[in-house]
Amino acid sequence: MLIRRPPKISPLEITPEASYVTRRRWLKQAGIVSAGLTLPMTPTYAGLQPDDDITPERIATTYNNFYEFGTGKDDPAEHAHNLTTDPWTVTVSGEAKKTGQFAFEDIVKGLTPQERIYRFRCVEAWSMVVPWEGIELSKILAQFEPNGNAKYVEFKTLVRPSEMPEQRSVFSTIDWPYVEGLRMDEAYHPLSLMVTGMYGKPLPNQNGAPWRLMVPWKYGFKSVKSIVSIRFMQQAPRNTWNRLAPNEYGFYANVNPSVSHPRWSQASERRLPSSLFNPNRRPTLPFNGYADEVAGLYAGMDLAKFY
Amino acid sequence: MMQWMFGVSLAMPAIWLVGQIGLDLVYPGSYLGPDAGETVVHYLGQTALIILLLAYSVSPLRRLTGITMIARQRRQVGLFAFTYVCLHALSYLAFYLEFVWSDLLDDFSDRLYIAAGLGSLVCLTLMAATSTRGWQRRMRRYWRVLHRLVYPAVGLALLHLWWLTRDGYGEVVLYSLWFLVLSIERLWHLPRFKRGWPA
Repeated sequence: MLIRRPPKISPLEITPEASYVTRRRWLKQAGIVSAGLTLPMTPTYAGLQPDDDITPERIATTYNNFYEFGTGKDDPAEHAHNLTTDPWTVTVSGEAKKTGQFAFEDIVKGLTPQERIYRFRCVEAWSMVVPWEGIELSKILAQFEPNGNAKYVEFKTLVRPSEMPEQRSVFSTIDWPYVEGLRMDEAYHPLSLMVTGMYGKPLPNQNGAPWRLMVPWKYGFKSVKSIVSIRFMQQAPRNTWNRLAPNEYGFYANVNPSVSHPRWSQASERRLPSSLFNPNRRPTLPFNGYADEVAGLYAGMDLAKFY
Repeated sequence: MMQWMFGVSLAMPAIWLVGQIGLDLVYPGSYLGPDAGETVVHYLGQTALIILLLAYSVSPLRRLTGITMIARQRRQVGLFAFTYVCLHALSYLAFYLEFVWSDLLDDFSDRLYIAAGLGSLVCLTLMAATSTRGWQRRMRRYWRVLHRLVYPAVGLALLHLWWLTRDGYGEVVLYSLWFLVLSIERLWHLPRFKRGWPA
């Protein structure tokens, strides 16, 4: 199959960061609805609370869980620069009309990223507030025209041991690739985002370049990074952490302070930066504070059973 | 002199940590990272385990090298290990639980690795409390029996780390091998042990 690849020009190469940051501030102040502008970004502050201060960019890009690059929090930032993200091919398969291999650029072509500021809650009981840029997942998935049998969608991360050191490690028990999935109605929820950038810049490798999922009402491990495979399925996929420790990680992984976890109490979280004398600890909210938007998806389900 | 040198070396990790905490107060986030509490808890836990394994290595090292002076440092190394374990537990109480005692009960019942860690701490507390010559004299042969608690103390500490590790088992495998090799060495020397040398 022939894949046409237009030369990749990052918006950053055209517009310096400082100028569009001021432009955005000006747009915000003037209250102008961005119509037909070169960077039409209307931030969506879905469910943002008054004390949700945006986490400094340096923290969000240096404190990462991306086990392909190592299990330490600073391993991804240290090793991910070796990752080649261009060219990037995505395999689409399963219960859909349009399947096959697609160039990443072709999938996102014509879809304008929006800025979304979301709380991001890790199962390890720390959290951040991050300004992501991304495309609603429904718009990505709809392009492939999933059929009526598609009840779930599965995502896989790249496997490339030459660039991902932990995939070579004998001390890792993960069966690569990293697999995650969503129910179709979860995937089509307007809060579900396919992220291509953050802090007004292209997505850094350590954060899952060129694109990663962001499902803000679920624990961070659901938001799979550096995706190379999208599969529409009738059955729920077995996600990586569920396979490794089924008593700890379920398929749904909705943020839920009342479901105790064998490693971390989920009742509260440390909002980063968390210092010794100002731990910034706060109670964890059901569905990470997005209950109004998403609780309906799980009506009638026992969330202690389907954790 | 030897006593003093050992003491300073074993105190170095704590001194270094105090320096890092001081620098982090001046430059927030630059020395302890964005999750400072966790950094301190992990650092103290790792230091405690390494020094505990060092204490466990004293007797085999004496047998290997024949330098009996080392054996006299065993108490000090053990007490340092105990101190680091206490600091580790204290930092967990302070930074993870903020001294909410009901959370400690939840952790103890819901999280096995917490129970294992506390078990190890109890063993070490009993050993530290009876570490003086006075207690050695008072307890006579039972002293040696009690101080065999070092085996469950190290074993539970390793179990604590095994259960905590999510992936990337390199570190915990290394520590476990250390414990395993020294335990085999002890078994090897059992007859000699009977002739009067406490392990």
